[in-house]
Amino acid sequence: MSSSGDAGSTFAKITQGIGADVAAVHAGAVDKDARFPAEAFAALRKEKLLSAYVPKELGGLGCTMKDLHVMCYTLGLHCANTAMVFAMHQIQVACLVRHGLKSPLLTKYVTEKVVGEQHLIASATTEAGIGGDVRSSSCAVELSGDTFNLKKNAPVISYADSADSLLVTARRAPESPASDQVISLVEKGDYTLERTSNWDTLGFRGTCSNGYMLTASGPAGKILPQPYAEISAQTMLPVAHLVWPSLWLGLATSAVNQARAFIRSEARKRPGAVPPASMRLAETMAVLQGMKANVEAAVADYESRLNDPEALSAIAFALRMNNLKVEVSEQVVDVVGRAMRICGIQGYKHDSKFTLGRHLRDAWGAQLMVNNDRILGHNAQLLLVHKDE
Amino acid sequence: MTDQIRDVVRQHARLAVPVEQIPDDGDLYAAGLTSHASVNLMLALESAFDVEFPERMLRRRAFESIAAIRSALEELRGNG
Repeated sequence: MSSSGDAGSTFAKITQGIGADVAAVHAGAVDKDARFPAEAFAALRKEKLLSAYVPKELGGLGCTMKDLHVMCYTLGLHCANTAMVFAMHQIQVACLVRHGLKSPLLTKYVTEKVVGEQHLIASATTEAGIGGDVRSSSCAVELSGDTFNLKKNAPVISYADSADSLLVTARRAPESPASDQVISLVEKGDYTLERTSNWDTLGFRGTCSNGYMLTASGPAGKILPQPYAEISAQTMLPVAHLVWPSLWLGLATSAVNQARAFIRSEARKRPGAVPPASMRLAETMAVLQGMKANVEAAVADYESRLNDPEALSAIAFALRMNNLKVEVSEQVVDVVGRAMRICGIQGYKHDSKFTLGRHLRDAWGAQLMVNNDRILGHNAQLLLVHKDE
Repeated sequence: MTDQIRDVVRQHARLAVPVEQIPDDGDLYAAGLTSHASVNLMLALESAFDVEFPERMLRRRAFESIAAIRSALEELRGNG
């Protein structure tokens, strides 16, 4: 199957090369040992892809959301762990370049560290004791002079041990209500992490999403100047809900590619007879096509609103992005399941070249790692006031 | 009208501070208005003033202060 974006996209070619030659080679070990996909990230850094979404005038590659979509999709074809960490990093970069550049310190960070040193940025948004609602915090930024301190009990910080810095949400000040949040950049050396839980999951094992007690400090200039509520609505949520489905689409496509290869091998054994599971493959292709159209249309919608904060904050847009996440995360399980039925016992076996075990385990993470029930609950509420116009 | 808005805010916005302490142009989000509560606030305002906020008004900024809510309601009534 051709890439999800422009066939001639340079970024598709580069990520295809890294995906096939590096990420895919180590994907099994990354999954088995639940370890960070270090080899793939060394290759991505070499191509400066960690600053892909940084504008060209700041030294980045100036990629669009469509480019990010293509890259996440392509990496997802080969190693869902690599693609997921890459996607999560790009979400952080998007927040920095779209909402942080009014701060000279953050601009300097982007040019020197993200572009120059290819820093990998992780995210500490969830907090113990607040029931998984990332839009409220219990911890707070405590300013003394020009320095802030914060301490956060984070049940999940994906790839924290391999990251160079973190974006952390907290209440604006110790007296602020839970929903009045800011997000701050903290760099390695300015924080300590004390492991509180381990990440031994069915899938997405290489994201190493352990829990930590985070203690951090930094200059006040590294607190993003805009309220987190706006950053979340305009960038963090929509970008996350675009890059994740992009890589899930890659994961689903990879499973279907395996099913196609299986059908072909069956067809070769009995030339002239169409293998019985071919009908299932035909059906599966239609589901995959719908997923792809859904993701691509949402990418285009985001791009069309990019320079209009009001349009990015619209309820209709939030609903659409939430729907995309929910739909694609469930379809990926459906599609991998269909591929499994097509490959039969050869898909079920670990030691077969058509094995789909890792696909199936990773696919379930899509709807569980950020729980769909929470997103649907949020949509149900927005629908109380939403009017279709 | 402002008093009536304040009444609705008091009952539905679930703020961290008493509404009496918030000036008309005070930031309701900084006072603890969550996105969850803001939906309830919109519904309560629609009911209290017998209006419907069109999609274009359903923005964070339209409900950021008592003054902003007032101007949104006035715009709606003017159009009605």
